[in-house]
Amino acid sequence: MTVETGTADTFPKLLLHHARVRGARPAIREKALGIWQSWTWEQVREEVECLACGLAQAGLARGDHIAVIGANRPRLYWTLIAAQSLGAIPVPFYEDAVAQEMVYVFQNAEIAFAVVEDQEQADKLFEILPECPKLKRIWYDDARGLRHYSQPELASYESLREAGKAHGAANPGFVPGEIAGGRGDDTAIMLYTSGTTGHPKGVVLSHDNLISASHAYSELEGLRDDEEVLAYLPMAWIGQNLFSYAQWMTVGFRINCIESAETVLTDMREIGPTYYFAPPRVLEGLLTQVTIRMEDASAIKRWLFRRSMELARRVGARILDGKPVGALDRLQYALGNLVVYAPLRNALGMSRVRVAYTAGEAIGPDLFVFYRSLGINLKQLYGSTETSVMVCVQPNGAVKPDTVGPPMKDVEVRILESGEILLRCPGLFRAYYKNEEATREAKDGEGWFHTGDAGFFDETGHLKIIDRAKDVGKLSDGTLFAPKYLENKLKFFPHVKEAVAFGDGRGEATAMVNIDVQAVGDWAERRGIPYSGYTDLAAKPQVVELVRECVEKVNADLARDPKLCGSQIHRFVILHKELDADDGELTRTRKVRRRFIAEKYAAIVDALYSGAERCAIEAQVRFEDGRTGIVRADLPVTAARTFAPDAAKAAA
Amino acid sequence: MNLRELEPGAVERKPGEAILALDGVSLAFGGVKALSDVSFGVREHEIRAIIGPNGAGKSSMLNVINGVYRPQQGAITYLGERRTAMDPHRAAAQGIARTFQSLALFTGMSVLDNILAGRNLMMKSNIFLQALRVGPALREETAHRERVERIIDFLEIQHVRKTAVGRLPYGLQKRVDLGRALAAEPRVLLLDEPMAGMNVEEKQDMCRFILDVNDEFGTTIVLIEHDMGVVMDLSDRVVVLDYGRKIADGTPDEVRESQAVIDAYLGVKH
Repeated sequence: MTVETGTADTFPKLLLHHARVRGARPAIREKALGIWQSWTWEQVREEVECLACGLAQAGLARGDHIAVIGANRPRLYWTLIAAQSLGAIPVPFYEDAVAQEMVYVFQNAEIAFAVVEDQEQADKLFEILPECPKLKRIWYDDARGLRHYSQPELASYESLREAGKAHGAANPGFVPGEIAGGRGDDTAIMLYTSGTTGHPKGVVLSHDNLISASHAYSELEGLRDDEEVLAYLPMAWIGQNLFSYAQWMTVGFRINCIESAETVLTDMREIGPTYYFAPPRVLEGLLTQVTIRMEDASAIKRWLFRRSMELARRVGARILDGKPVGALDRLQYALGNLVVYAPLRNALGMSRVRVAYTAGEAIGPDLFVFYRSLGINLKQLYGSTETSVMVCVQPNGAVKPDTVGPPMKDVEVRILESGEILLRCPGLFRAYYKNEEATREAKDGEGWFHTGDAGFFDETGHLKIIDRAKDVGKLSDGTLFAPKYLENKLKFFPHVKEAVAFGDGRGEATAMVNIDVQAVGDWAERRGIPYSGYTDLAAKPQVVELVRECVEKVNADLARDPKLCGSQIHRFVILHKELDADDGELTRTRKVRRRFIAEKYAAIVDALYSGAERCAIEAQVRFEDGRTGIVRADLPVTAARTFAPDAAKAAA
Repeated sequence: MNLRELEPGAVERKPGEAILALDGVSLAFGGVKALSDVSFGVREHEIRAIIGPNGAGKSSMLNVINGVYRPQQGAITYLGERRTAMDPHRAAAQGIARTFQSLALFTGMSVLDNILAGRNLMMKSNIFLQALRVGPALREETAHRERVERIIDFLEIQHVRKTAVGRLPYGLQKRVDLGRALAAEPRVLLLDEPMAGMNVEEKQDMCRFILDVNDEFGTTIVLIEHDMGVVMDLSDRVVVLDYGRKIADGTPDEVRESQAVIDAYLGVKH
């Protein structure tokens, strides 16, 4: 079922369409002062028109870039549409990016205008202003703390809107005229990829790209205009942009902006989204919370939970897929639904979820199956910023946890000898901004996009992704080594937050581990183990033992896989500090930067392979206030048991 | 005035007229002299710190200002009225609010209710109407709730709005305590060791909130604090007490240079 959108081929035209067709229905909500405030499509159109007039008066012209920096706020969404109405190109930023990371983008895109959420973001821009002389105007949404600023660049969102309102009243035909002048192949937005090496690249996406991807998903899932969607992920991320902006505009459903990053769970329970999108780390965080709370529950509840989850794991996903299941199991599952699954779905805010997607990185099969077995239709999809997230998605009724499903409509996929995945699709980006070389590298003469991911099709035509093509390596004896695969297996344990596996060109695989302070802290508390903070907790012998058990379970599991049994983890180190994007160890989307870590902690890698029992390390850390300091530690290198392929079966 | 007009841009911040003055205040508990002949003034909109070693009489000083203790000698002038002692109820009614070193919150109640309790003095409708939530009482409750929500938003504690205070970590409890004091829309806010027992990050947050309160609402702030870095960064003027006597008074730089202060903190050979 498609939602009729007429001939609208740009987002501003879609907005006008919705304002005409469903003008009185709420389009966007925001929780402010504890109450959900809503704006109808007609109100949004009005806001956008005022804002577009204001921006045009300030000098924003067709083809210009404008920075949008902050959390999910209605006014920032309106800025996106207002800029697009004028044919200008919004460039959203990650709100937690540090000032220096922004400099390159401002210079690269020659950004002259910025709309920011609050003082924090404005301060960052003033910090980089000397390096970005093109930046002329900064407007802020939240005035708090900014009242005594006297910089000439700074003005409030209200002042911009008021100026635009006056201008719009005098020239009523201006904005509609500008919108009518937009075309589908105009650039709609530019998103910078976090980039594990070198400078970020600006991915230029057109209205056509995003609208065709949006339509592909809404046709597949039969999305309607009464879906509720929670807007809580960074606006600079393609996933958020596609599912909370592009699809919002094409389908005409409602988006709900959360109150603050800490209130997501509460907000989600209040809204009850029907269409939900979450990267694996969010799903992981939710599961960790559930696990911790269950461990604190009474013995009867724990027993009930364990029994119910055993049953769910066995038959839950099959029931969801509509496969045959015995009558007794069905009855038991129905009972479990009554006492465990439904209340748990409610606690997670997922009672009304019809379709949930996860993407961004590979999700541990156990984590994935947990949600599906509860009756939540969680599905993996595969895509990237360059493809408008439109490549593969798991089909309803035939979800296999270890694949990402068959290619979507109009998507062509080819796999190279090396295992790298190539594809062509309507959502494919136009170019990297001002970077022809990178564009040529990624997009060959025939229009094939080189994803850099390694994978293969299984016998049913579903695509299976193993790792990044360049990360897949071999141990010195030639055994396949997919670091991500090992890391994900480790990370499934609630006690492990991050893991980094090494082994390419080495004799054995090893790993660095970050414990999850919340989960392990709770575990330590219940055992009466005192600790002062992450570093102290990570060094406790009991914690090392705990992690060793996790590693050994992974090894036992790996031993069952004929292809990967050689890459069992022989030794590991628990890091003394948490890997952090501020220290460059993670990307802003929280992916580990393996190479950077291997260089930064070369001493640990050496110790992992030299047979040393301890390893002294110094590391620089960046505190939240921008200062840096040195953390020193002496870390034990711990050996883990490995299993021969057949011994594993005996152990299990 | 102040918090009553929470809209931005309502208050200009410029240290103004003296709002509070203490003249020759002495306070003794039996033979123990807590304060002897202390005089100092607080100007409207300024941040005024009281520092001193343990037992110097800092908390007693705050208790004199908001009328919990009655000094044996001296006078207090607040808003132009000169008295020998304040009275706690009058102090509260006239816009003096405070936070406590050892928190004074209802641990079993939610954050929202705790802050709402801080508006107690401003509830006008009678208890029966309030209990029934009808007519004017309902309108009033809505208005109070809005103020409380603004404070929650201001202090960034939305995520624990409905959590019982007793279940919160200490740093957050301190923030709620500040929220409860702010709910009274004070002209003068007395903070008794607002950062005691906090980690660096929590201290930074608290500093920002104190500055923001002062900045956004023009609230005059009198604070006691042990962390010298914090005091020197935050305050406009500092009073130093030692054994109940004032030994220095001035800007942070002046105080830092003062020989008497150095002696009091580092000790001196006798």
